Amino acid sequence: MTIEALHPGLVLIVGAFLLPFVRGAWRMTLVLVLPLAALGLVWQLPDGVLISGTFLGLAVEPLEVDALSRLFATIFAIMAFAGALFAMRQSRVLELVAAYVYAGAAIGVSFAGDLITVFVFWEIMALGSTLVIWSADSENAWKASFRYLMIHLLGGVILMAGIAAHVAAGGGTDFAAMRPESLGTWLILIGFLVNAAAPPLSAWLPDAYPEASPGGTVFLSAFTTKAAVYVLIRGFPGAEILVFVGLYMIFYGIIYALLENDMRRILAYSIVNQVGFMVTGVGIGTEMALNGSAAHAFTHIIYKALLLMSAGSVLYMTGKRKCSDLGGLFQSMPLTTVCGIIGALAISSFPLTSGFVSKSMISQAAVDESLAVVWFLLAAASAGVFLHAGIKFPWFVFFQKDSGLRPKDPPWNMRLAMILFAFLCIALGVFPGPLYAILPHPVDYVPYTAPHVVNMLQLLLFAGLAFFVCLPMMRRTLTISLDFDWFYRQFFKVSAEEFSYRGAQAYWRLWGRLEVRVQRFIAGIYRHHGPQGVLARTWQTGSTALWMALLLGAYLLLYYV
Amino acid sequence: MSDAPGTSSQQKHWLVRPENIRKLWILFIVVLAGVALLDFVIHPHAEFGIDGTPFFYSWYGFATCVGMVMFAKLLGIFLKRADTYYDD
Repeated sequence: MTIEALHPGLVLIVGAFLLPFVRGAWRMTLVLVLPLAALGLVWQLPDGVLISGTFLGLAVEPLEVDALSRLFATIFAIMAFAGALFAMRQSRVLELVAAYVYAGAAIGVSFAGDLITVFVFWEIMALGSTLVIWSADSENAWKASFRYLMIHLLGGVILMAGIAAHVAAGGGTDFAAMRPESLGTWLILIGFLVNAAAPPLSAWLPDAYPEASPGGTVFLSAFTTKAAVYVLIRGFPGAEILVFVGLYMIFYGIIYALLENDMRRILAYSIVNQVGFMVTGVGIGTEMALNGSAAHAFTHIIYKALLLMSAGSVLYMTGKRKCSDLGGLFQSMPLTTVCGIIGALAISSFPLTSGFVSKSMISQAAVDESLAVVWFLLAAASAGVFLHAGIKFPWFVFFQKDSGLRPKDPPWNMRLAMILFAFLCIALGVFPGPLYAILPHPVDYVPYTAPHVVNMLQLLLFAGLAFFVCLPMMRRTLTISLDFDWFYRQFFKVSAEEFSYRGAQAYWRLWGRLEVRVQRFIAGIYRHHGPQGVLARTWQTGSTALWMALLLGAYLLLYYV
Repeated sequence: MSDAPGTSSQQKHWLVRPENIRKLWILFIVVLAGVALLDFVIHPHAEFGIDGTPFFYSWYGFATCVGMVMFAKLLGIFLKRADTYYDD
């Protein structure tokens, strides 16, 4: 094992376990210093393999640095900092420890130079995120966390099988660009896609994330899906199937978010939608598209966290999460409203917000590759994002009707975290230069051209008109929408109940038949050997001697024959 | 945490007064018209033909969104369940 540098992910993971041992102001300081230390470390690391060794005879490189891994590690560290700032005074220490282990593992994935290391950190992420959901400490969260964990362990098993098949086929452990052509690479791709919330297993995300605590959901929104985007960019750039997977995710997210009533589930569906844009970009696979996906992951983490912080603030102050119970909160929560709107504008990629400078690179890549259908679908989806998240979320939570609720803005640390991320959403939108400078490939793209700005405004404002025109069709109802999780929450449950009922019936019928046979057998023996049986009778001496003589005679005869 | 809402003595917030909502609608329509008419000032370079025609982004944004809302509504008929559906 050669170690040339400290691993930033491990700093966060090991540091997390110190949190329970310090109290008060010291704990708050440690909470804020750890991710900053990790961030500082990320930017101290030179390019190349910095930790390498062998594990079970396989070459491993737990710390390999390049521009792409540095970009993702940077945003994961920033996210850990802002998430902790938001949650540090309201969340239990268990939640903070779990969140930092989770964030550290995400950084670990982004620096993994080999597939074994990817897998190890992949599983640590699954455990950390499950613990974050547990920390909400409710019956629903407990049940949701188990469904979540099962899906992720399944994904982990598929990934491990894929890595084993890949290594056995002579592919080696090195984590480099692959093509989905062999069993091993297909399984690896599927394992990655499970964490990206790709179909058919998308439902784990809107099922589990909204059950976490207000701060927990903010952490959850950032790491799992975006680490999956990272490994797809690294492992499967240009895999054509990802274009279709991504487009499906985009429209799945929009349609389900339109049907949803729970504000945090709306935002959860919109994570699937946004990850769909990134996955589509990976599928297109040009330098422009990969830059777009990476940049979009970076900006998305910030504005999605901001949106969930504002939803979390509403939940924390009111205890309510359904749109049908909320409305009119802008009057008493001005800061939360403004920050929520900034996040909503950024996710809709309004000009001067961060989403505008990142998402348009993916559309541009579709133009460059002359993918007309993809481009038209992406344009429709951009309008759809404004519809389902950009207006729907702020409208139903902060405006709509007057719910009569007059909660105040949340405590100072939650406000500070929102201000920080709202600032970043605007700053990255106005000055995209620093973000473009750290993208994996050189950027040859100018987002702010007059036609692009005007066209985007037309698309979005008329989408807004469509929202208000269709408003009567979108009256909130106390409903959920069936999804793939119906299979494992209802279908398999009901079929298992039916199976066990019928199975029990068949068992008792068979058992009854067996009993009858055994009794008949015993009765048969009793008839022959019992006190009245033919074999139990006493014989007279004469007849016995006769039978003996006959037997001996037969023996003598057989002997000579 | 919450005061009694909408008591008559309380002046309603300016944003929820009906006359202001009317004004906001007028403002919104003026902005929409203005943005749509910018097509005659700034000519986008068409990439795929139809996207270069006047008002393309305006009607496309509107039509696709109405389409998505209708489709969601249609799907909702089959997929919506009471939110206590999974509760035991």
